Formats: sequence, structure tokens, C-alpha cells
Amino acid sequence: MINALHERELFAPGHSGCAGCGAPIVARIILKTSGPDTIICNATGCMEVFTTPYPRTSWKVPWIHAAFENASAVASGVDKALIRQGIRDKTNLVVLGGDGGTFDIGFGSLSGMLERGHKITYVCYDNEAYMNTGIQRSGATPKYANTTTTPAGKKIHGKSDFEKDIPFIVAAHGAYVATANVAFPQDFANKLKKSFEHDGASYIQIFSPCPTGWKHPSDMGIEIAKLAFSTNMFPMYEIEKGVIKLSRKPTKFTPVDDYLLRQGRFKHMSKEEMADVQQHVNEKWERLLKLEESGLRIF
Amino acid sequence: MKKVTEASQAVAEAVRLCRPGVIPVYPITPQTHIPERIADFVNNGEFDCELIYMESEHSAISAAIGSSAGGARTYTATASQGLALMHEILHIVSGMRLPVVMNVANRALSAPINIWNDHQDSISARDTGWIQLYVESSQEALDTTIMAFRIAEDKNVMLPIMVCLDGFTLSHVYEPIDIPDQKKVDNFLPKFTPLFKLDPKAPVTMGPVGFPDTFMDFKKQQQDAFDASLNIIKKTNSGFKKDFERSYGDGLVEGYMLDDADYVFVGMGTICGTARVVIDTMRKKGNKVGMLKLKCFRPFPEKEIIDSLSKAKAVAVFDRAVSFGHKGPVFSEIASAFCQAGKRPVLHSFIAGLGGRDVTLDHIEGAFSRIKKEKLPVSEWLM
Repeated sequence: MINALHERELFAPGHSGCAGCGAPIVARIILKTSGPDTIICNATGCMEVFTTPYPRTSWKVPWIHAAFENASAVASGVDKALIRQGIRDKTNLVVLGGDGGTFDIGFGSLSGMLERGHKITYVCYDNEAYMNTGIQRSGATPKYANTTTTPAGKKIHGKSDFEKDIPFIVAAHGAYVATANVAFPQDFANKLKKSFEHDGASYIQIFSPCPTGWKHPSDMGIEIAKLAFSTNMFPMYEIEKGVIKLSRKPTKFTPVDDYLLRQGRFKHMSKEEMADVQQHVNEKWERLLKLEESGLRIF
Repeated sequence: MKKVTEASQAVAEAVRLCRPGVIPVYPITPQTHIPERIADFVNNGEFDCELIYMESEHSAISAAIGSSAGGARTYTATASQGLALMHEILHIVSGMRLPVVMNVANRALSAPINIWNDHQDSISARDTGWIQLYVESSQEALDTTIMAFRIAEDKNVMLPIMVCLDGFTLSHVYEPIDIPDQKKVDNFLPKFTPLFKLDPKAPVTMGPVGFPDTFMDFKKQQQDAFDASLNIIKKTNSGFKKDFERSYGDGLVEGYMLDDADYVFVGMGTICGTARVVIDTMRKKGNKVGMLKLKCFRPFPEKEIIDSLSKAKAVAVFDRAVSFGHKGPVFSEIASAFCQAGKRPVLHSFIAGLGGRDVTLDHIEGAFSRIKKEKLPVSEWLM
């Protein structure tokens, strides 16, 4: 049982998300943490599509969607309209975007929102590709992943580059930053709460499995999410006032192969390619450990 | 009391008088003087509003969606490439029925890059679902901006409005203008009370997915609102006349020396001022010439145009934009309107003044002489 969350369900069931999708878990935990005094600004993406087929809606709080790349700008306008009417204080303002809407097309408007320091929580549910349009690669897609635009061909084996490090780029704007994982809902809720109390912009990137795009059985999502944590594929940390703190560390080391081999999107990978991923993950993890140890304010 | 004022300042005065709660801005030539003057007001404590400094025009119009949906009267301004960058979101503002008001300081579109005036920017946004009003003078820019908020926010309209003023040719021109009293404007323009807003006490879902079973119904309602807006624009114009003793034709079109005119000039914006001078001179020599100023381009006032032009022998339509591969957009629409009419004048198309090229007295006088002589329709670029 998750501690200290609202009992009321503000995210209604009956939506058309795929079985095993991580995104509804993200939405549900957000609303169970934020309560009814919340406004959601949703970027175009799976979440927007499967929750609001007019005249039906899953949202029992005010919700707005305009386009793919502008949710942060829309939220900036909502923020100022509420301030103007003297009703800003009590309301949690949350932007919801997928990784495509955050890392790529929506990054300009996210950067503007961060620079202006609006008191907004931006939640990026990161399923590592453009799933809504049919599994195309995004700036969040891991190296070697087989997507419909980076197919595992004979010459080129999936995506050629590693993902962008968006949390660090966001942290450089001075925002409160956290990474989270749907397999650890209490941790996500704690970070959300912190963001709601933070006087300025916050960014939480939550690892969210997509059985359809990752090609794994729909009941394996949480297990895969746990492996993303224990392999250090997706470390969980916070950057507060520019200082990094790891939220939790795996008690025992799991090689990345265990994570990769569970998913159809990586099944074409050679031993050498897996070793390349392992090296990348190790380097990233060691950098995080060193930064945490140093206690330095890096931004 | 009249005050010599730059048109951009006049627009800023109008905006201040309308008390919008939120103004997202992004600078682009030649719109810049408008947000600069608004910022002067705000930073000097003369105008209490939330100015948001956005990272692009795309974000400025997106923030306008958020603030209007959030329940605040919302204003912004742009031009040219900025309007083109907004294009995607313009459709959404209208589709979500948000009564945002925006000034466009009309400027050419690249390439080649050009900062000077024509109407290609707003004409290219013709089908985005915005009401489009064009103005001729600083006073008209100020008055129309005030009227625009009342039209947009009318519950039978609920559509966004572009008030278009010619870049530089008007935006940077000083003219004596009358700045109305705040009390009079407050009386003319009631407080903004949206039908729906983002309110945790009464949650609504805004901007859902419209599947084929519902999408077209939304679009039909938008079109019905445009039809309804024709009358609201007229009523607002006459209401403005009652309160401020000024008006602009019937709010949709404005005739000049039109009643007995055999040869009529049709245009939008500052070019109409030049036409007035030509008409005055030619009238003195006994020529029956006149003008129909098209103030409202969307909704297209078909009936008013037919009524105004059907008695004429020939009409010269001046377009400061072009639909490449076809003709001037205003010309095409007037020609299409006359397909339904019984009696029609010979309609001639002139493309003029692109990218700030001067439209001179000679151009307009030449066009009048031309349409007097020609029996068949002329389609010409005035280089």
C-alpha cells in the first residue's frame, strides 16, 4: 500500500490504453498524490489519445490538450491565468508528456517554461520511442533498439546512438529534477510531493514500459522496470539545488543482458553490442556515484 | 483631445484599455513596437497584467491557449514569419473556441526575406478559423482592437480575432488619434466571463480527441459561429458608434463615393487611404469613381459586397498577396461571390505592393483608366 495518498481515484478506468501500459499507472499515481486541486496539461501522445475520446474522459480534474510540442507553453499560460485570478496557490499544475514530446519536439517550450521558473511539475513518462504513431525512434530511444524507423537491418542494427541526457539538461536550467520508475510508486509519489512544494519548475522523468513497442508480454512490464533499476539502465536520482542524490542503489549487480534479452526490441543484439551497452551503463553509473560522493553543486 | 501617436502605441493603448489578464509575447519586426509599449505600461505600473516572455511565436500562441482556457482575457501580437510559425496552433485556438485577440503587423513572407508590408502573412492564415479585420488608420487600429474583444467574447461567436494593420506603412506611422476614457471602454466591453474554464471546482476536459463520429460536428459549430459573427460584427460597430461617435462602414465593408460610382476600387488596409486621394482628384474631373474598403475578410461579407458592387460597371480589386498559381485571394473570393449574383460588374485583378513596394497614386489612377477602357477582365501585376 502506498502511504499518504488520496483515497479518491481521480483517474477513471475504462480508457483504451494497451494492456500492461505504464502510462495509466503514472497518471493514477500523479492524481492520487496531487488530489483534486490539480490541472493537467497534456501533450499529444498515447496518454492524451487513450484517455479522452470525446465525449468520454478519464480525467476527474481539469485537463487541457492543445498540441504535441507546446504543453509547457500552454501550462505557462494556465499558470499566469490562475495567478491573475488569485487562485494559483492551492492548485498543482502538472504537464504530462511522453519522451518524444519532451526530449525532441517539445524541448524548446520546456526550456522556456524552466527558464521562466513557473511553479509547474513536468512529468515525462518515458517509454523510449514515439509509441502513439507506431514505435518510431525518439531522442530517448536506447542505442540498438529496434524501432519502425531504426529497424534491426542487416547493415544497421537498430538505433545508432545513445539517448539524450535530458534530466541533466533540465537540471542546468536550475529546476528540481528527479527520475522515477513505475515499479517504485512510493518513490514517485514522494518526488511528486516534493515538486508540488518546490517554489519553481520541477521535472520528473518516469520510466514507463510499453509492451506494444518493447515487444514483451503485457504482464512483464513491472518486472522489466525492476530490471531497468537493478541493471542501472535507468538509475533513480534527484537533483536538488544542483546537487545529485541517488534515490536507491541496487543491492546486487545485474548484467544488462538480463534486461535486454527480455524484450523483442533488443533480441537482434550481438554479444559485442550488449557489451557496448554495459560499458555505457557502467560509465553513466560511475559518473553518478562520483557526483553524489563529491556533494558538489554542479548546476 | 487628440494626441499625435504612433499606430503601434495606439494599439497598445487599446490593449491597456481592454484590460487583458495575460499577454504572452515574442518579438518580430514590425510588430515590436506594440509589445514594447505594452511593456512600458506594465513596468511603469500603468497596466496591471501578466506579461509572459515566450521563447517563440509558437509558444506565445500556445500560452494564449492556456491563459484563455484558464479564464483570463488574452492578447498577443505578431507578424509575418511569426504568424507562419503559429500556423498549427492558430487552428487549435479557433477549434477550442478561445476568444484570443491578436494584432498582426502585416509583413511579407520569406524568401527572399523581407520585413516590409504586404498581406501574404495573414492571407496565408485565411483558413485557420480566425476572424480577420483589416484597418486603414491608427484610429481604426485602436478602435477595432477594442471592438475585437467584444466580438470574440460574444457567446454566439467565441472565436479568435486577428486585427491586421499594415507593417511600417501603418504600424510605425504617427497620426492624431483620440484615446477613449477607461470608463467608456469598461462600459462598452464587459468583464470576460468564459462559458468554461480550467477550474478544479468544476473539472472539464478541453481539447479531447474527436473521432469521425464527432469531429465534423465540432467543425460545423465553428462554421455556424462564423455565420453568426457577421451580425455581431455589425452590431458591435453600431454599438461603438453610439458610445464613441465613430464607426467604420457597417463594420464589415466601408464605401467611399460608392453610391453612384461606375468604377470601383476594392482593397484592404492602408492602400485604401491612397485610393481616397485618387478618388477625390478624379471626382473633381467628373469621373464617377469610388471605393469599397473590405474591413472584414473572415467571415467573408458576401452579401454586403454584392450589394455594394452590383451597380458598378467595373471593379479593380487590389490584392497585396497572391495565391501562387492562381490570382489575388481577395479578387478570387469576390469573383466567387458574384457567381451567385444576378447582375455583376466586370471584375479586374491587380496584384500590388508586395514586400513593401509602394502602391502609388499613379498605380490606382492607372487601374481606374484601365478598367474604364477594357471590356474583358484584366489580371495584372503592378510592378
